[in-house]
Amino acid sequence: MAKRAAPEVNAGSMADIAFLLLIFFLVTTTIEKDSGINRKLPPMEENEEDVIIKQKNIFTVLLNKSDQLLVEDEIMEVKDLRAAAVEFLDNGGDGSCDFCQGAKDPKSSDNPDKAIISLKNDRETSYAAYITVQNELVAAYNVLRNRRALQVGSQKGFSDMDFVTMQKNYKDVRWVGNKEKLKAVIDQIKVEIPQKLSEVQ
Amino acid sequence: MSKFKKKKDGGLAPINTASLPDIVFMLLFFFMVATVMREDTLMIKNALPLADQVEKLDKKNPISYIYMGKPASGYEKYGNVARIQLNDKFASVGDVAAFIAAERGAMREELIPFLTVSLKVDKEANMGIVGDVKQELRKVNALKINYTTGAGEALTNMQ
Repeated sequence: MAKRAAPEVNAGSMADIAFLLLIFFLVTTTIEKDSGINRKLPPMEENEEDVIIKQKNIFTVLLNKSDQLLVEDEIMEVKDLRAAAVEFLDNGGDGSCDFCQGAKDPKSSDNPDKAIISLKNDRETSYAAYITVQNELVAAYNVLRNRRALQVGSQKGFSDMDFVTMQKNYKDVRWVGNKEKLKAVIDQIKVEIPQKLSEVQ
Repeated sequence: MSKFKKKKDGGLAPINTASLPDIVFMLLFFFMVATVMREDTLMIKNALPLADQVEKLDKKNPISYIYMGKPASGYEKYGNVARIQLNDKFASVGDVAAFIAAERGAMREELIPFLTVSLKVDKEANMGIVGDVKQELRKVNALKINYTTGAGEALTNMQ
């Protein structure tokens, strides 16, 4: 057999392939972003007027130095906190909240607007425990907001979208839809179920 | 005559390297885009706790980072209780106000109200130091904070 020289590979399209790959990666990679729990600190004001809040509208969460949890004067496991907070917020004791599905217990909160969660921690509390509790409390609000979003959204043309998805879509530049209308729905839910989380210093 | 002509024997044809620059540039661009510059060298342990109800930190708004945690290995001489790190050095609680003022001075004026302070706190740190920093932030009216966490199941933090 005659030995043949290998034919030269045409490399003219290599650059095209390279650019194709480049564009593919450019489009698909997302730079990892930091994420976390957003909070707003109360401003420093010499506000001496005490606002009177009914005891039944306050949900006290106490985290001691060995990371044990005391909720409404009862010891509780962290995993039960979310359900307890939802129950408290969703109570709707005075009947003014038409979307609440709670027990309407007169001894618990009046409505989600009045309900306040008070979180107190010790200096020795570990940060991990604190974040876990914060996370569970935010989760409780999100449970209610998601439920409300499904109700409101279906009337306003955003069906099958819970609150978290709504917020994500609102920030997403690629989302096609009426952002102004979505913003109105988000704001409405935020007003109906405000995050009233107070931290005791 | 031609039947037994020796085939031209040049060995293998040389590989065309004309597109090598393209490949190199492609890699270069890829890494340029995908890498995130580390802003500070950490001198502390910084294992963030996990949470699942998180929101993304918006890069459109200015962010200042405050790190807290125990000094990392190599920095044991700074003790074994949680400390604050601002930029590249250890700091005390009293330095937080100056740090925020410096951060504000470096940014455009219209963005100042949108400054978010990202607290990157080691999960073994105590709340005492975090509370002190929060109090300092309130004093300088930097009220938007973000407890930066990893993504994951929050209940695993406490085990």
